[in-house]
Amino acid sequence: MWPIVLIASLGTYLEKLLGYVLPHSLLERESVRRMTGLLPVSLLAALVAVETFADGSNVTVDARVLGLAVAFIALAFRAPFLLVVVLAALSTGLARWFGWMA
Amino acid sequence: MDSQSDDDSHSNMDSSHAHLPHPHLPHPHVPGEHLAHTNRDIHVNALGIGLATGAYGLSFGAISIASGLSIAQTQALSLFMFTGASQFALVGVIGAGGGAFVAIATALLLGARNSLYALSLSPRLNLRRSAVPAAALLTIDESTGMTIRYSANVQDRRRAFFATGLSVYVLWNIGTALGALGASNLSDPGMFGLDAAIPAGFLALLWPRLTSNSRTENQKMWTVAIVSALVAFLLIPVLKPGLPVLCSALVAVAASLIWGRSHTSGHLDRMDQ
Repeated sequence: MWPIVLIASLGTYLEKLLGYVLPHSLLERESVRRMTGLLPVSLLAALVAVETFADGSNVTVDARVLGLAVAFIALAFRAPFLLVVVLAALSTGLARWFGWMA
Repeated sequence: MDSQSDDDSHSNMDSSHAHLPHPHLPHPHVPGEHLAHTNRDIHVNALGIGLATGAYGLSFGAISIASGLSIAQTQALSLFMFTGASQFALVGVIGAGGGAFVAIATALLLGARNSLYALSLSPRLNLRRSAVPAAALLTIDESTGMTIRYSANVQDRRRAFFATGLSVYVLWNIGTALGALGASNLSDPGMFGLDAAIPAGFLALLWPRLTSNSRTENQKMWTVAIVSALVAFLLIPVLKPGLPVLCSALVAVAASLIWGRSHTSGHLDRMDQ
């Protein structure tokens, strides 16, 4: 685990450093900007899907779905980050407590 | 960190790339007596943003432990990686059973936007060489957003950047430590729904990117998000854990190729005001 932590940390640090030391023309291209703006959207959305429905390589529907739905509603009502996460965890935890969904 | 403290909408890059000029922008040409006011304003905002992200650091610490990292590893990520979305993604992929390469690649792809932040900050901060390594570490959504907001002069920009960066750095790390310590005392994190906190956290990170731009831009973001989620979902049974997320990056690549030509102004242009 430590190599992953350290390599990934070094890599993300170098990404930050890159913008200060590289010639500007390299990163200033519109296509690069556009892609860099969209990447987080794609990856975060994919992470939402996978972290909700994946159990290893199986697709499952369990109490996590309820948590996600609650998070969605909380966000629509502009709840702050921590509240969103806590409400999601609470609703999933409660659902399991009462034995709804696995 | 990349937390979107919605109560303070300028606190992140995504809102700044969306709406400038901000209604609370300081008057650019007010000299003298207003300087102290501006400084206090910067410090108060920096502290507020730090507190919000610190609270978010709690959830990162807890989720990282639930994903199987040690307390030291969790803290190392907040100290050295210091970019929330990548940290969350790394522990998320590891927790889901993804391999080392996939975990690192996902974190790096999510961190790529920091290069662009650094690029736009570099001329604005105009730093000494010796200050660049520290500035690089503090280059995140929040510090970039604040720097762009206080754009009146280079002193304000530097103050906004370092005040916000340091405030978030300290409080994010304290939050991480408390969250990690708390979660390591739980016997079964799943029982408390901590595993559901992970997708909720990602959704909360994603949300402002879907909602804080113009209507047409938001629609594009929603499209990219839904298609990406669908692609990843369909690939779950086909690929090894972690890879479906990486593959979704291709959706972003495709979308940027399709929309790139018709789109004339990138968000960094709008930041230049």
